[in-house]
Amino acid sequence: MNETAAALRIAVPSDSGTSESDSQAPTAIDIRDLNFYYGKSHALKQVNMAVPVNAVTAIIGPSGCGKSTLLRTINRIYEMYPEQYATGDIIIDGRDVLDRRYPLSDLRRLVGMVFQKPTPFPSSIRANVAFALSYYERLSKSELDDRIEDALRQAALWDEVKDKLNRSALSLSGGQQQRLCIARTIAVRPEILLLDEATSALDPISTAKVEELIHELRERFTIVVVTHNMQQAARISQRTAFFHLGELIEFGSTSEIFTNPHEQRTKDYITGRFG
Amino acid sequence: MAIPARRRAADVTAFIFATAATLFGLVWLFWILWTTLLHGAAALTPTLFRETTPPPGVSGGGLLNAFYGSAVMIFLGVLIGAPVGVAAGTFLAEHGRFTRLAAIVSFINDILLSAPSIVVGLFVYELVVRPQGHFSGFAGAIALAIIVLPIVVRTTEESLRLVPDQMREAGFALGLPRWRVTRQILYKAALSAILTGILLGVARITGETAPLLFTALNNQFWSANLNAPLANVPVVIFQYAMSPYDDWQKLAWAGAFVLTAFVLILNILVRVLASKGKSK
Repeated sequence: MNETAAALRIAVPSDSGTSESDSQAPTAIDIRDLNFYYGKSHALKQVNMAVPVNAVTAIIGPSGCGKSTLLRTINRIYEMYPEQYATGDIIIDGRDVLDRRYPLSDLRRLVGMVFQKPTPFPSSIRANVAFALSYYERLSKSELDDRIEDALRQAALWDEVKDKLNRSALSLSGGQQQRLCIARTIAVRPEILLLDEATSALDPISTAKVEELIHELRERFTIVVVTHNMQQAARISQRTAFFHLGELIEFGSTSEIFTNPHEQRTKDYITGRFG
Repeated sequence: MAIPARRRAADVTAFIFATAATLFGLVWLFWILWTTLLHGAAALTPTLFRETTPPPGVSGGGLLNAFYGSAVMIFLGVLIGAPVGVAAGTFLAEHGRFTRLAAIVSFINDILLSAPSIVVGLFVYELVVRPQGHFSGFAGAIALAIIVLPIVVRTTEESLRLVPDQMREAGFALGLPRWRVTRQILYKAALSAILTGILLGVARITGETAPLLFTALNNQFWSANLNAPLANVPVVIFQYAMSPYDDWQKLAWAGAFVLTAFVLILNILVRVLASKGKSK
């Protein structure tokens, strides 16, 4: 394990380690020596990775390679469960967010997350967006309405729901529900968006809509997506990281990873030899 | 393809036994309902809900004081028991999740759930009635609250556990604190199941007699004083059914009928609520 990690740092410094010298892409999330454990099982091994700001970074790899775990570490959602813990640092805006003293509500306001299955709350469409918003900010009714409209517009859902904001969110289609989840996440104006296979439960048309949305949101947010779908990674991301068995094998520009990977394992995965 | 005779015989045997067992259970249920209906409906009089329990030998009269007393004690019992139960169930399913304390509390709750109701009656007798020196409707309400409590704890815990973790993760991922996630998201998702549990608790205490014998006792006369013995349907049924007077026995049947009908309606309501919760 250490060998690979060491090899990694040598093999891909131009992509991951030297964000300071790369003025075009400042680092949004600087992951250093990250290890993650589910009880005794070691799910992420010595991950070092610098996620660039205002770009889409895709994380690919076979099932169980740790890609979702990595996302769940960035917003510390794993802390819900005992026996799950992380070591190492994740630096966002100059502070280590893995530090227990870093308040969770601050972190989760900064880092929004959308899950694989749409998770609309059993309330109205309006309330779904308003919950977190009115928790973080004291807004007048009209300000709140504006922010809700703004979030729904950004999530390309406004035109479909503007006449039925008080209807149950559960009455929406799966694709609409997922865009609602994106809307309520961006309503609190995070800097980073984590999408955990956010389209894998959707039909192709809804998937296309969400992908288009990701493309638009890229300018305002740093986006990290986990995906099983390599074509999707190629379509929507600028950077791609390949994980295998809990290790970051290769991290580079998407075009390079897909056309000219350095590592044999990346090549094997991309050409469909395993996974 | 033909099914081997042996397997078919086993199938038919199983079917016969299962059906027979079901019928055996149903026979008694319908017998009870039928008898109650027969005697109870005959004893239903216009004065049942208008007049109080009569002295022996006087025809007419009703159960107004008993209905009132029962309603008040059930209401108070649920008013005390349900909020505590929902809060404790929330602790078990949410805040105390994965903790040893929650496991222990849950186990103790199960014991309370199956505790004989007469023991609860005696407990409240020692706790309230003896220090006070007299029976009271308030003591009755406390006894009923103690019986409702574990039912509500259990159903609240179960219904919150049925809400998928994804919902919690989604709430926490937005940065909402636990109490907000619970109140604004989980309670809404589990609402019909929690209400169902409370209604089941009401149905359960409606017919409880033993705990009231030791606490509220009974009152032959109209009384709305919670600090005095309070009439109630189950104890009136018990006393009147055992009495040698014809009129009293009839009133007992009428009381039994109303009680049974009330519980039946409550159970149907629970069904409707539960199916509504599911179809959402």
